[in-house]
Amino acid sequence: MNRSTIISMLLILLGGGFLIFRTSTGRMGQSYARVIQINAEDSLQKQLEDLDDKIAQQTDKQSKASQDIKASRDRLEQRINSVKGQSWETRTLVAPRHRGEENVDFNWPMTIGLWVSAFGMIAILSFLFQDNILYKISEAILIGVSAAYAMVLGFWDGIVGILFVKLTPGIVRETVIPATPLEAEPNWIYLVPLILSGMLLMRLSPTGNWIARWPLAFFIGLTAGFRLVGFLEADFVHQIQATIVPLVVLEADDTINFGATLKNILTVLTVFCVLIYFFFSIEHEGVVGGIAKLGIGFLMITFGAGFGYTVMGRIALIAERMSVLFDDWLWLIDPTAKRLGLF
Amino acid sequence: MFVFFRDLDRRWIFLAMFLAIAIPLLIGIRFPEEPSQMVRNVYQEIDQLEEGADILLAFDFDPASQGELQPMAAAFTRHCALKKHKLYFMTLWPTGVPMIEQNIRILTTEFPEYKYGTDYVNLGYKPGMEVVIQSIVSEGNLQELFTTDNAGTSLKSHPMTEKLGDILKMNLIVNVSAGTPGAKEWVQYAATPFNLNMVAGTTGVGAPALYPYIPKQLRGILGAIKAAAEYEQAMIEKFPDLKENKDAQEGLRRMGPQLVAHLLIIGLIVVGNIIFFVDRRRGTTS
Repeated sequence: MNRSTIISMLLILLGGGFLIFRTSTGRMGQSYARVIQINAEDSLQKQLEDLDDKIAQQTDKQSKASQDIKASRDRLEQRINSVKGQSWETRTLVAPRHRGEENVDFNWPMTIGLWVSAFGMIAILSFLFQDNILYKISEAILIGVSAAYAMVLGFWDGIVGILFVKLTPGIVRETVIPATPLEAEPNWIYLVPLILSGMLLMRLSPTGNWIARWPLAFFIGLTAGFRLVGFLEADFVHQIQATIVPLVVLEADDTINFGATLKNILTVLTVFCVLIYFFFSIEHEGVVGGIAKLGIGFLMITFGAGFGYTVMGRIALIAERMSVLFDDWLWLIDPTAKRLGLF
Repeated sequence: MFVFFRDLDRRWIFLAMFLAIAIPLLIGIRFPEEPSQMVRNVYQEIDQLEEGADILLAFDFDPASQGELQPMAAAFTRHCALKKHKLYFMTLWPTGVPMIEQNIRILTTEFPEYKYGTDYVNLGYKPGMEVVIQSIVSEGNLQELFTTDNAGTSLKSHPMTEKLGDILKMNLIVNVSAGTPGAKEWVQYAATPFNLNMVAGTTGVGAPALYPYIPKQLRGILGAIKAAAEYEQAMIEKFPDLKENKDAQEGLRRMGPQLVAHLLIIGLIVVGNIIFFVDRRRGTTS
């Protein structure tokens, strides 16, 4: 056994022993949830009362807004009969200090989720020691889950929530989104993105994959044009404007504001030197070379500031993950008083 | 000693970093914070608005960056609620929806008087990146794109959104951004062309790229966790009751590990440079 394997074994044994001890004494990694019973009829009744209040507040009873509210109320009233007797439970995560309270139960799914996330975190961090199978599994799960989540959300919010709502509002209202406006009419212009999307999928076809180039060309052209406008106005014109500043800033009583003056001079000088550095049509020799060197200096200061910010960001991320491990999972700290009196 | 440091296995540095972060967390070390002028500028943008102002909270970040951005998102949400502003949550990131929900939980637990649909609404996620921004700044176009809120309820059934046609009526856009689309796109397609007031909170990596927009196109930014901690401190100064609210001090708590870890990194940079120069003088640099 080499030294790395011995250290790994030792860490696993020590960590495992600690976890077994803490878990056996019931002092870590438990999640609790508040169970709330929802009665469908009561819920709709409340919505009905809210609409009645709104109708009472309307001054012009014949206005389109009043008619819309009345129509919503009628639809809601019809639904009440169909949901009689229906109820369900919702569970909300609560701090462990609430255990023992009414309707607060130990929650298995949330507890398992907490342990899976803790082991996932440790598995990802184990890469710092050396590449291993646990890291690879966790990495694959993370990417898979993120991609699946984004795909499902994209389908329901994009394809159903925008495209189908525009093309077939009636069907969408009757099937998946009851809140689709009653006055919505099919908008056939949305057939264009539907067709283009279908053409994109032709990329998977062994014979007709050239068809996918047309929508791709359209999207690239559209994106380039769209971005050009944004960059021109916000990054080009406005940034040039921001550089045209007075090199001597005077106060109301004609005295010089040295702070603002220095800031403006520095801004102009920095922009000038960095631009000279990126101007390659003249040899960087003599005065031009000196200015270009100054430009490199300014760039280095900028990169240094960026590096400092990046370090701070990365430490913040690891500190938050450790905080979750120590607080939510291991119950070693309790900075937000989640478990008062429990350990 | 010199040889020991020169040939040090990088895993010892990882261990040292682990300890530099873990020990302050376990002990609970905290340091005093003084809000900088930039943080005060951002704070003022929300604070100076009259009660009931309309604020768009665009949370364009995901769980991968929540360690850095959630404290400032929470601080923005809490501050807006304390000032009784109307809040419109939305995200351009598919994984941003749970981030919004996390902040809405602050409203439901700490501000029970805040009512959904009347005081705040969750517009949720819309695919399309910056095109979504372009669409909702166009007059009367918002409800074309957002027919319902995140829960599938018609926007016309909420008092605060029933007549909302676009976001031009917003008194302020507050963006918390971890990348693209994010603060840059909001500046390019909303704040600059329509002269909308906007402040942003960003990750450390993203902060330097946004500074050129200040102050004309962007009123101010909170850069990384340090700015979040300063913002929390500014809120505590104005609302002393928050001193008792430990959830409202997440950023302040994180500054302990930050300081110790930064000292370690500075030490390592110094040691690394000494080794480099000594090696170079001896002619042993590989």
